[in-house]
Amino acid sequence: MSTSTKQMGRAGARSRTLGSLGQLFARYGIVIALGLIVLALSVLSDNFLTSGNLTNVLRQVSINGILAVGMTFVILTGGIDLSIGSVLALTGMVGASLVVGSKPHSPILAILAALAVGVVAGACSGIFIAWVRLPAFVVTLGMLSAVRGLTLIYSQGMPISNLSSGFKFLGQGTFLGIPVSVVLFGATALAAWVVLAYTVYGRRVYAVGGNMRSAHTCGINVRGIIFSVYALMGLLSALAGVTLTARTTAALPQAGVAYELDAIAAVVIGGTSLTGGIGGIPLTVVGVLIIGLLNNGLDLLGISSYYQQVIKGLMIVAAVLIDKARHADAA
Amino acid sequence: MNVARHEVMSGSDLLLKAEGIQKSYGGVLALHDGCIELGAGTVHALCGSNGAGKSTFLNILMGLEAPNSGRIWLNGSETRFASPASALAAGIAIITQELSPVPDMTVAENIFLGRESRRAGWFVNQTVMRRKAAELLERLNFAVDPRAKMRRLSLGQIQLVEIAKAIDQRSSVLIMDEPTSAIGEKETAVLFDAIRQLKSAGVGIIYVSHRLSELFSIADEYTVFRDGGFVRTGLMKDIDRDELIRLMVGGSLIDQQCAATESEKATLLEVQGYSRAGEFEDINLSLKSGEIVGLYGLMGAGRSEFASSLYGISRRNRGRLVMDGAEVEINSPGDALKFRIAMITEDRKASGLFLSQSVRKNISLTSLSSLSRWSFINERKEKAVAERMIERFHIKVRTRDQPVRQLSGGNQQKVLFARSLTTSPRILICDEPTRGIDEGAKREIHAFLAEFAAQGNAVLMISSEVQEILASCNRVVVFRHGRQVAESPVTRITPEHLLHWAS
Repeated sequence: MSTSTKQMGRAGARSRTLGSLGQLFARYGIVIALGLIVLALSVLSDNFLTSGNLTNVLRQVSINGILAVGMTFVILTGGIDLSIGSVLALTGMVGASLVVGSKPHSPILAILAALAVGVVAGACSGIFIAWVRLPAFVVTLGMLSAVRGLTLIYSQGMPISNLSSGFKFLGQGTFLGIPVSVVLFGATALAAWVVLAYTVYGRRVYAVGGNMRSAHTCGINVRGIIFSVYALMGLLSALAGVTLTARTTAALPQAGVAYELDAIAAVVIGGTSLTGGIGGIPLTVVGVLIIGLLNNGLDLLGISSYYQQVIKGLMIVAAVLIDKARHADAA
Repeated sequence: MNVARHEVMSGSDLLLKAEGIQKSYGGVLALHDGCIELGAGTVHALCGSNGAGKSTFLNILMGLEAPNSGRIWLNGSETRFASPASALAAGIAIITQELSPVPDMTVAENIFLGRESRRAGWFVNQTVMRRKAAELLERLNFAVDPRAKMRRLSLGQIQLVEIAKAIDQRSSVLIMDEPTSAIGEKETAVLFDAIRQLKSAGVGIIYVSHRLSELFSIADEYTVFRDGGFVRTGLMKDIDRDELIRLMVGGSLIDQQCAATESEKATLLEVQGYSRAGEFEDINLSLKSGEIVGLYGLMGAGRSEFASSLYGISRRNRGRLVMDGAEVEINSPGDALKFRIAMITEDRKASGLFLSQSVRKNISLTSLSSLSRWSFINERKEKAVAERMIERFHIKVRTRDQPVRQLSGGNQQKVLFARSLTTSPRILICDEPTRGIDEGAKREIHAFLAEFAAQGNAVLMISSEVQEILASCNRVVVFRHGRQVAESPVTRITPEHLLHWAS
């Protein structure tokens, strides 16, 4: 009896080692993938590894990056937010409307107003999801449509351009030689990473997504946490909205259509589990970079954007397959 | 007590026979000698307290699990079912509390699920199905509308539908596991009528129920299991209630004497008139410093529901809570923790642990505010707390950062105890704290509870194990149908008392 237990113990230890190797790959495979993409593009294209091009990539991913950071919080609680593209458009429009005309308001005021609108929009979703307990998918699908409609009503379907120069700084200026939009993405990601990894609030977000009933038993205000992630998502959608408006020097009523898909894709490619409780900001950033690099690299190589979509789609499915394998491993 | 097993059966028609069924899980023997002899047209009560091996035995009969050894005969020929489907095909049907009807289908559709009347081979013929279902229900005298959606039926009605289905499939053996635990008296009467009809049609029924009075009114024969083994079989008319209870709990009385900590101690918590509609009614109890109070009762007696509302997981409708002489309001687990009440829930995986997270994070979750400054977690402190708890409870882990999922049940349970201790509670509520864990861990948890209470705290422990209550509690409160029916120091009672009060 005791020898057989020992043998079983040894076999168990061996399978655990294999399992943890597999887990290691499942966990960091996406980082390896990022490395391979960088390597391949450097070899294939002379123009890839130039500071000009890399800055360009970062600028291009910054909007999706900010959204993906917010989406990481939402998905960690086991939720989803489909309305972010619409919120982005509305907040960009609100911000732009305050900095045009003969007597423009201060850009600071415009930005704060836009952020406030974003938080309110996110809070609306949050109330319905946390307290009325409707599925996040349905609530935010409704918000996607309703907020887009509000944007069209507010703008009467017309774009707003001729923004004041102070406002445009947000999208076009640089800070220590780095584009402001990239700085904003970096700062957002850094702050979000610290919050999720090192604060009590972060732990509670993971707890709610990991097991809602256990979280409730542990005295966590589950509804409050759920509400907060949608409000935060609204805030970050607004930040992305004003940044995009400033970069394109105009607010378009059709801005941000389908942006939620790229944000969700980045989070999922980064290995955050759609069922909640597992994942984090660093790998979301990797996911954002992979999507950005694929788009950029395939452009450089002269591959049609049609193919880019196919490749992105395959990446998403592959990422979820890895996620599933990891769960099967753990169980 | 070696009563010959065959004396009862000798003459009648033997439908199902099982002998020497053995089953172990991970080296632990759950069943070492399961056997039964079921005759046609009889109702056979399978009795035993929790952990006697009844469920394991039934699972094996139904083909849900494979036995390690033992033989089963159906209608005289030896068989072994590889799956519930093959058992069903051979005419054995089971009706349990966890029925699985399709809630959005009608009664008729559920009865004929997988055996639908067809039209032209492809299309379900609703008319014929509905007519057949109506005839069937009419014949059985079941007041159920065949067109109603299953979702709208009461639990009792759902059971009737399942029974109708079993009858229509011409099952010769019907296993009923706690069929009345969730239904009222009127529905029970209808159920018993149905059982009598089945009996006269020659069906053999294995009937499991904790409600002993039911067994005496419906069963013809009994078989008692205890600690995973066969004890005795016989005719119901040859045994009385006391004798049956004695067979179930074993002859040995517990000579457990708990340290006599009695009434002089300070009262930590007083519950006055706690009620929640449909779950429990007018519960009054007090917890004194140094005390472990057991909460005993059958499944569905309202114990867990009461504990949950005490801890704030669910709201009460009425009742007051007094702590240290002052009335307190507990409306959420957060409130309870503030008043230094901790709880370990019944189902550790569903409402206790975070399986994919590390042992460390699981342990520290409720005490993060004291381990952090400006909301930033001091990981050095957190690790120290986790280490201390892992040592304190002898939790077997490779590292403190190992996911809880990989731990054994006993170690997972210890993680929950560790977490509850980090908030330095004065009152610990634990619901079935040792269910499904190994002997070693069980003993450690009992030792911990005794020590915890001895430090001037109090424990409220729900348990379905008579032995556990008698061995580790000072006082026991018994629930029946959501009401508090008895209260006594354990030194004055025997297992028989508990079973009497509870059933």
